[in-house]
Amino acid sequence: MAGRLARVFASRTFWRGAVSIVVFLILWEIGSRSKQWLAPELFTPFKGLLGAMGFKKDYLPWIGAVPAPSAVLKSWVAVLAEASYWQSCYMSFFRVMAGFIAAMIIGIPFGLLLAVNRAAHGIAFPVFEVLRPIPPLAWVPASIIFWPTQESAIIFITFLGAFYTIVINVLGGARSIDVRYFQAARSMGASRWDIFRRLILPGTLPSIVVGSTVGMGITWEVVVAAEMISGGGSQVGGTSGGGLGFFIWNSYIGGSYEQIVVGMISIGIAGFASSELLRWGGRYVTPWLKAR
Amino acid sequence: MSAPGIRPAIVPGEIAVKGVSKSYGAIHFRKEVVRDCSFVIERAKLTVMVGPSGCGKTTLIRLLAGFEAPTAGTIALDGAPIAGPDRDRLVLFQETALFPWMTTWDNILFGPRARGELTRETVEFGEFLLVKVGLQDFRDKYPGQLSGGMQRRAELARAMINNPKVMILDEPFRGLDAMTKELMWEYYSRLYEENRRTNFFVTTDIDEAVFLADHMLVMSNVPTQVRAVIDVALPRPRRLSDLVESDRANDIKKQALSILHAEAMRSFSRGSKAAADFVEAYLKRASRA
Repeated sequence: MAGRLARVFASRTFWRGAVSIVVFLILWEIGSRSKQWLAPELFTPFKGLLGAMGFKKDYLPWIGAVPAPSAVLKSWVAVLAEASYWQSCYMSFFRVMAGFIAAMIIGIPFGLLLAVNRAAHGIAFPVFEVLRPIPPLAWVPASIIFWPTQESAIIFITFLGAFYTIVINVLGGARSIDVRYFQAARSMGASRWDIFRRLILPGTLPSIVVGSTVGMGITWEVVVAAEMISGGGSQVGGTSGGGLGFFIWNSYIGGSYEQIVVGMISIGIAGFASSELLRWGGRYVTPWLKAR
Repeated sequence: MSAPGIRPAIVPGEIAVKGVSKSYGAIHFRKEVVRDCSFVIERAKLTVMVGPSGCGKTTLIRLLAGFEAPTAGTIALDGAPIAGPDRDRLVLFQETALFPWMTTWDNILFGPRARGELTRETVEFGEFLLVKVGLQDFRDKYPGQLSGGMQRRAELARAMINNPKVMILDEPFRGLDAMTKELMWEYYSRLYEENRRTNFFVTTDIDEAVFLADHMLVMSNVPTQVRAVIDVALPRPRRLSDLVESDRANDIKKQALSILHAEAMRSFSRGSKAAADFVEAYLKRASRA
């Protein structure tokens, strides 16, 4: 383990990544402090143009309005001590997991069924294809009406975010298995069940991993938006039960712009960590892919 | 060598193809790939089929394996008509068809495992085959970790553990580099000489055909028919170095090439691009000889 860590620190990729993050933070800091170091006179010639675009202040447009990373960090440290922040993280994480696991449990068998059974494909696929282009967020009002609690509504929307991606990947993966594998297996006396268990299932596994990783990313996108639209979805009250989406929205309403960024970066980190976890798990269940 | 007791007795079969035709597509778009084709894959012999690429050899293999049924005619193994895929006729496909998610060992044991015949004897026979194909150190590797030549050898073992009556090989060494290919020829022909199982080997490579064959079927272009059957009465065991100098082998090569050339010219005049390539390659070869 120590050896592996040492190798990571010694690798060029690691240092490139580190440098890229540091440079990004420095540029951000400089940009958002443009108020302090940029002379307002510099903007005078462009006043007309900037004014026409809606910018009324004397700092770099866009970036000048964003809180600096140092301020964000300070706010983050303060927020880390608050239970409500952790509660928000936990709520979003819980919803993502609930929706995502439900999407796996339903989506993988459903995708496999569509792949192996022509009748099932004929019956279910047209409906699936019509429902698929509907963005999960378009389901928000309907699911708030249909589901008994807001919590279940948000989880359902999160589920939709991952479900379509997983099904499409499983279906595509199972269909793209080389037909010669089936012919070889049939010649050697494999039954349908054997072919399913020993060929279709492992052959689809890489696509299941890809579909899950992509689907996981979508669930984070969806859960935050759903939380914002539905107003946090929790009757617990205040900022505590709303999840990260509501945390961001609440910070916006309350005018604490640093906290908006804290919420955004928290989602970024959570999303990255869960995708990375899935990739790691994926490598573990498909050992033959790394062995090339 | 392991104890002979663990090796199941080889029962070579004989396949008779009689008046077989195969066409695809509906009425107006109907394309006849095989027309009234007849030949025999003789018991315990190595029959090699050579023909220009795209001549319908792969279609014939699909028929022999039972993946598809002929439009007309009969194919019978030891007198019994072929009704579908079966372990007594196993196919080695072009390029590898090893299951990528199974180790070499699991690939080899696939057949017995699928049929629920995984006995102590089969496992021992598997071990024997693993050593036989020289992969004992690659037992727990995945196909992606093996070289092209190793993959073909693993596939040979995967087929042989099922003790088929006929082995069908569809350009199995295509895509290997020249050196590996020659190694595989010697390897494969030694394997055949030890087993004397009925083998049906399809190729576009005339050198490969002459080196391996007992009988050579020279095929026409689409629709596929047998143009000539050439007996390759060269002594066994064969070595590649002997064959290069053998006048008999060179005569057979010339004979087969001239038939293929005539065939290519015919389809060339009908506008086949593949035939153009063949004619060009033939002329180059003729100028070298």
